[in-house]
Amino acid sequence: MRQEDFDFISGVLKERSGLVLTPDKVYLLESRLTPLARQKGMETLDDLMNEVRLRRREDMLAEVTEAMTTNVSFFFRDNTPFDLFKEHIMPAMQRDRAATKRLRIWCAAASTGQEPYSLAILLKEAAAMWKGWKIEIIGTDLSTQVLEKAKAGLYSQFEVQRGLPIQLLVKYFTQVGEMWQINDELRSMVTYRPFNLLDSFRGLGSFDVIFCRNVLIYFDQETKADVLNRMRKAMPDDGTLFLGAAETVLGITDQFKPVPGRRGMYITSDAAQPALKVG
Amino acid sequence: MKSCLVVDDSKVIRKVARRILEELNFDIEEAVDGQDALDSCTRAMPDVVLLDWNMPVMNGLDFLKNLRKSSGGDSPVVVFCTTENDMAHISAAIAAGADEYIMKPFDREIIESKFSQVGLL
Repeated sequence: MRQEDFDFISGVLKERSGLVLTPDKVYLLESRLTPLARQKGMETLDDLMNEVRLRRREDMLAEVTEAMTTNVSFFFRDNTPFDLFKEHIMPAMQRDRAATKRLRIWCAAASTGQEPYSLAILLKEAAAMWKGWKIEIIGTDLSTQVLEKAKAGLYSQFEVQRGLPIQLLVKYFTQVGEMWQINDELRSMVTYRPFNLLDSFRGLGSFDVIFCRNVLIYFDQETKADVLNRMRKAMPDDGTLFLGAAETVLGITDQFKPVPGRRGMYITSDAAQPALKVG
Repeated sequence: MKSCLVVDDSKVIRKVARRILEELNFDIEEAVDGQDALDSCTRAMPDVVLLDWNMPVMNGLDFLKNLRKSSGGDSPVVVFCTTENDMAHISAAIAAGADEYIMKPFDREIIESKFSQVGLL
């Protein structure tokens, strides 16, 4: 790939999505964008770059951004955050939100929906304890393409075998040709909307729990701090944040602190030793 | 080291499964059909059985039903691994006492994912 194309694309990605593409990621660009070029009937990646860089094809630039920011996902990815959600967050919320019976969860990098649906399954499996509650799960992603897939809730045989126990597949999915579709009830538990984490969170409201996993790793320090600080403002003092296994708040912001022994789970720095009381 | 009995009439599949499972630190036994697998279990009950469905002599489902009836046969974790990928087959397998179910084709990641779900890894 030509240097000027790489510079152009990495500049656009940084500006539009916050994604920082270092020169060692040139392979990632090539592997993601070559299929896009083919799909457009072009011979090479250079042809695609000519369109987006020299002719400033805005429509194609949007697709390039999508292709670069789309991430793989699977059900109950990494297990630990979901175990923590079930064993600690759910009982804590039962206790601390008993008066309002409202729970709002934000999956800030919802991708193709496996994370919000995994949470929906955990809540559904304990349906009796949530009777009479108003629970909202909001799934956002920069890519409208992945959100379409998330909304449809249609997954390949390969996708439903990564992380999803067979009993849950039988219970909550139906077979549609070669694909598996999550049932309407679970789909209705999640609201999807396209959203850029660089934009203001003001319209989203307040969340009790935010899952923001495996997206900060693509941002530079300044952007990471900005996103985390604004997430703090989008939750009450006893809110909880989940980050990916390779991510941390340490050295980035003092608005959150890790919870000892609970990997990937962070509480606000104003929390009064909260979830620790439970479990 | 945990033991795994790989039951499949395809030599190729047994070999692929053996390689993946040995890397995951399992001690492997092989059987070519359900009857062969039952005989193997009588000699030594494995910790886990990776089980094909369609095989000559005795199929995987009949093996599972016989295993669960036999003495000590409720202890092994049984993971189906088959091209049968419809809800009816999956439900029948679970009803007969299968712990997990892999739809072929499979790869190392799927085996790892399924085995860790049932607490084997």
